[in-house]
Order: sequence, then structure tokens, then C-alpha cells
Amino acid sequence: MKFFPLLRANLGRHKRRTFLTIASVALALFLFASLRTVITTIGAAAQFGSARRLVTTNATGFVLPLPVAYANRLQPVDGVERVTWANWFGGRYGDGKRFFATFAVDAESYLDIYPEMSVPADQKEAFLQDRAGALIGVRLLDVFGWKVGQNVTLQGTIFPGEWTFTIRGVYTPTDPVINDDAMMFHWDYLDERTGRTGQAGWYILQIDRPESAPRIAKVIDDQFRSSPAPTKTGTEQAFNASFATMWGNVGLLMNTIGMAVVFAILLVTANAMMMSARERTRELAVLKTIGFTDRRLFGLVMLEAGLICVTGAVLGLGAAKLLYRATNFNAGGFLPGFDVTGSTLVLGGGIALLLMLASGIVPALRAARLPVVTALRNVE
Amino acid sequence: MKIPLTYNLRSMLARPVSTTLTALGIGLVVAVFIGMLALANGFAAALTTTGSDQNVLVLRKGADSEMSSSLDRQTASILASSPHIARGPDGRALVSPEVYVVIPLGRIVDTTQLANVVLRGVSEQAWQVRSNIQLDGGRRPSSGKNEVCIGKKLVGRFPNTGIGESIRFAGRPWTVVCHFSAGGSAFESEIWGENEQVMPAMRGQVFQSVSFRLADPAAFDEAKRALEDDKRITVDVYRESAFYAKQSELLGNILRILAITITSIMAVGAVFGAVNTMYAAVSSRAPEIAVLLTLGFRPRSVLASFLVESALIAAAGGAIGCLLALPMNGVVTSTTNWASFSEIAFSFRITPGLLAAGMVFAVVMGTLGGFFPARRASKVPVVQAIR
Repeated sequence: MKFFPLLRANLGRHKRRTFLTIASVALALFLFASLRTVITTIGAAAQFGSARRLVTTNATGFVLPLPVAYANRLQPVDGVERVTWANWFGGRYGDGKRFFATFAVDAESYLDIYPEMSVPADQKEAFLQDRAGALIGVRLLDVFGWKVGQNVTLQGTIFPGEWTFTIRGVYTPTDPVINDDAMMFHWDYLDERTGRTGQAGWYILQIDRPESAPRIAKVIDDQFRSSPAPTKTGTEQAFNASFATMWGNVGLLMNTIGMAVVFAILLVTANAMMMSARERTRELAVLKTIGFTDRRLFGLVMLEAGLICVTGAVLGLGAAKLLYRATNFNAGGFLPGFDVTGSTLVLGGGIALLLMLASGIVPALRAARLPVVTALRNVE
Repeated sequence: MKIPLTYNLRSMLARPVSTTLTALGIGLVVAVFIGMLALANGFAAALTTTGSDQNVLVLRKGADSEMSSSLDRQTASILASSPHIARGPDGRALVSPEVYVVIPLGRIVDTTQLANVVLRGVSEQAWQVRSNIQLDGGRRPSSGKNEVCIGKKLVGRFPNTGIGESIRFAGRPWTVVCHFSAGGSAFESEIWGENEQVMPAMRGQVFQSVSFRLADPAAFDEAKRALEDDKRITVDVYRESAFYAKQSELLGNILRILAITITSIMAVGAVFGAVNTMYAAVSSRAPEIAVLLTLGFRPRSVLASFLVESALIAAAGGAIGCLLALPMNGVVTSTTNWASFSEIAFSFRITPGLLAAGMVFAVVMGTLGGFFPARRASKVPVVQAIR
């Protein structure tokens, strides 16, 4: 590392060029990290799901309801510990520009099955006691400036009319993949206002052991197969994964753009490095005459390229990681838990390394093989 | 006096590697720019061609999508008797009460990958009411049978969608009797069956929407007022085209914002690259510039000349970018329209306007990138540079 001052002097000679090159690398890696994080976030959501929870939906189409009477027939199934259900309410708040999910749930059993939704004990009690009460995700406090005890009114879209609830509690998810901006109210309230039609959207079952999942799923689906509302039961993870596939080709798109970006920047940086190397023929020749070996010159040029790439990588990847953390970004609720993962950082580092090799190799080889006499003779 | 263009062209050719690399860098940015906007374009096009100005879509009051709406039979018949509805050549009202539901179908590439495909139960009139519907082979489903017609964009992407094949959903098999196209609109990602057949398999005795052709297209407001004021029914009345355009808002905006953000960042990177290259070019050509100045060319001309050169390289890059992006035109991709929670397939749509925008973008990047270096070039001190 005794050559560090030399390296620094070399890079400092064309400060503007060095700065521009580092900035390009940083920008490219920032973009790369952002795009890849979209994929990893969707992937994480697809992986999420307790192995001890099953989801039962209407087999014909999961937008269709199931009779709430099924609850009594699901509970006695061997291996099922607890049963709860939820309905998609889909209301609109205000002008509807900031969308958030609203569910009608069988409150007590739902909160039991989902310990990941952490609610302070007093708020939980208050929510359970108030039939027109609501439980909101912690992010909604910031988004709308709501407070516990306040009334909020939603415009029903699927269930028409105005729906007013009192915020009784706030939940904080213990896992970042869970949406922290949803709203929940009592299923009983929904059922009553819609004339006691007794319809549940989907059931969530807590089972005793993960290994029992396939057996239990079969028992349940067989039981309702020939009824007007047949069921499809699967693990919670499979349910979440099917939502992830609804994004369609987004993954492919992101990957392609990411590759295009990286390639574009590779070209630019390689170009800049080669240009600067070409200018320094004479001084490299001088270094050789004073005793720097070919190998050493090779190393020097490569290291210069490396310094630029590493600095750019640290800046770009670091900025991505810090920015999304600091702003708690979640794409308006669509990508909860948006955070640059370790694997993305490692990949970004790998790309920087590749960049160093690609942009440094030609100038480094040229420097190593430089014939001293002819180099000194040239004017340029 | 202006420095001749041949000087720039020759210089570009004298340094082929660096010129090509810069042009390619700009080209890639332009290609991504065009590609992403083509995606947003294709999506918007699919949804705006869905729906005609002459048609009206009626949903239950407050419903924000066809899926959340429900109209009972009585409401449907009150609507069907409205005087605002146009009559077909056979004298029958051009009105179609429809059932709308999404069903999970496994994609052909991986049947565990489910897509929520729209199943629309239509009336006989739907084929005339909904515009641009054309049969692509086969015959229309007959009344009373479990027969369906598959939209063009679904064929081949989901299993059992060929004519004569049997596709299974709602617990029973349905025979595919035709394929249909709809001018590139969202209907092409749907399965159509007879409403009376689909209804019992799905939601029960309700329709989701009623659509009809206006007898007088200019009388939309009148029709809207009449229907919304009718005390027997509680409905929202939309112009069909306006409704579907609104459904595309969310995803369309996301795609457009994505396109602009990504390409802005890339563009900054590309501009930096162009600046870098041109600075290096200027410093290595200092003696040349000095010669030009001694010959009598003005510094202003030198500035202009270098600007032109960077613009030329950028234009070449822009052309490369357009060529790279062109193969994407027409490629079909699909995603879920979160507003209607249904699968929509659409194609990348590159228009001449988009290509022109790409070229302009490239030249702007190149000119911006080339400005400061060009200015440096014009300030080269002659005596030192000649040395």
C-alpha cells in the first residue's frame, strides 16, 4: 500500500474525470440495487407464510365467498387447532388516492392466529369490545394523521354506503413483509349490515404440525367438493406465492433493464479508463525506466480501475440501502418490506469487480507491455 | 468560418473504439427509454381502445370496478327498457347485461403460476354492443350450452384454449367454440360465455354490469341523469371509454413513473459518460485544435464543431437505441391490473412519435454532455497546445 499516494495522485490529476466516472458507476449500481430489490421484495412476500397456517378459499374463484357455517365443520377436523376468517372489504377513504387494504375479520380468533400483528393489550381489549371498532396498521398513523379514538368513514365499494369506524387500536407487524398499512374491523358488523348473509371471504386455519398440512387440506377439500361452494386449501405460503405471480412478467422486465443499465455503464467506464490510460504512455514509460516492473505497472493500472469501481460501488449501493431504509419506502403499500438485501449488495460488489477487470485489463496489459524506448520517443 | 463537417466525421472514424463505446452507451439508454414507454403505451392503448364513446356502462352505485358491482335482474330489466338505448338492425335493443368474475387459471409455462382471468357472461347483443369484436375462428357460443369463446391474447398462454378443446373451471368442463379479437383492447384477455350459463356457476342471481349503445351518442349526459335519478334503481352511469381509461390509471401511472425515473438515472449516467469522453477527446486533440486556430478558425467555430461532433455521436447512439428497441414492438406481456384485480395482456407499442422522442432524447444528452468540453476546446491556448 506504499503506492497509495501514487494512485491518489494519478486519480487526482483529472479530478473531473475521476469524479464523473465514479458518479456513473455509483448511479448504475444504485439503479441496479433498486431494480433487484423489487424482485427480492416480491420474492420475500411469496416466501412468507407460517408452515402451521393453511388458507381455505372458494375453489371456483377466490373472489367468491364461502358460507360462514363452514367454520363449524372446519374446527373439528383432526389437526386443526384454530379457525378464523376474513373478508375483503375494499372501501375507499377520502379521494381514494392513497389505497390501503381493509378487511372484515373474526377479531379474536384472527389476532390469535396472527401473533405477528402485535397490538398493545389495552388497545386489543378496546377493539374487541367495540363492534364498530377498527384496528389500523402503524403506517396509517403517519399517512393520514389518524389517532386512536378517532372516527374514520370509508365509502363502501363492494358493500355500498358509508361505513364509520372508531379506531381502537394500532398493530405493528413483527415481520417487515407483512403490510403495516391495513385496516381491520369486525366481521360481525359487516355481516349485520349486509343482512346476515353469513359469507366469509376465506378461512385461515392454524394446524398442529406442518407435516399434517397435505392431509388436512385433502380432508377439507374432499368434504366440500360437491357442495355449491367447493374449497381449495393450501399452505399460507402457497397462497401468498400465488399473489406474487400476479405481478406477471415484472421480474423479467426488471432483470432485463438491470442488465441493460449495467452493460451501458460498463461501456462508459471502460471507455473513460482506456482514454486516460492512452494519455499516460510517456509517464508509464518513465516509471518503467526508474525500475517499476511490468507486473507492478499492470497491478497499478488495475488498482486504479479498482479504486474507482469500489468507490462508486460503495456510494451507489450504500445510497440505495440507506435511502430506502430512511424513507421507509414501500411503493404505496404494494411492496412492503422494501429493503436492499445482502445478496443484492454482494451481487453489486461482484459487478463492480467485473467492471474493474473489464475496464482495467486492456490498459493494464498495454502498460505492462509498453516498449520503453519507443514510448519515450513519442510526443503524445 | 465554419469548420467543415468532414473534420468531425474523420475524427470520429479515427477513434472508432471510443466513439462506438459512447454511442452504444447512449444507445442503450435510449433503448430502455423507448422500451419502457412502449410498455406504458401498450398498456394505455389496450385500456383506451377498450370501450367506445358511443357505449354506456352501468354499475351499481359506489362500485369502483365491474367486479365489485352487482345489479339484480329487476334493475337489469329496468335498464334494458330505457329509451336511450340504440336499436340494432333487427330492431332489438343493443343492451347487454353481463356477469363479471375472475377465475384462477394456471399459465401454460408453469401451471402453478395462477393468473386471475376475467370470465364475462355476456348476452347475445354483446357481440354488437362492445365494439371491434371479431371472431377469429369458430362460431359463437350457442344459448343454453356450456360453451365459451376465448380472447385472442389468452390463446396459447393458457392450457386447453384451442378450438374444440375442453377447459375446466367452476367445477365443470366448458367447450371452447371460438376465439375472438377486439382491436387490441382488454377484452382480448377475457373468456366470454353466455350470461345465463355463467351466472349460476358463479355469484348467484345477479349481473355485474349492463352495457348498451347510445341511441344518440351526444345524449350521454341526458341518459346519465335519467338513469341515476330513477328512484327504482341505484346506479352509476359511465361512458364506457372513460370508465376503462380510469381503470388503467393506477398501473399506467406506475409504469410511466417507473419509465421516467429509471431513464432519468440512466440518462444522467450516459451524460456523464458523454462528458467524460468528450473531455478526453478534447485533451488528446489539443494540438489539432491549436492547428485549427492558427489556420484562422474562430474559437466559436471550434465550440460549434465539438458540439456538433457530440451531437452526431449521440444521434448515432440514438439510432442504435431505436434499432435495439424495435424488436420489442408487438411482444405480448401480461400483468395484473390491480384496479380490476384481473389479468391483462398487452403488447409493447412503439410509435413513430416514440422513436422520434428517443432520438431527441439522445441528441439532448449528447449536446448537454458535449457542451463543457466543447467550451474547453475553444479555449485551448494555441502556443502551448502546438508544442
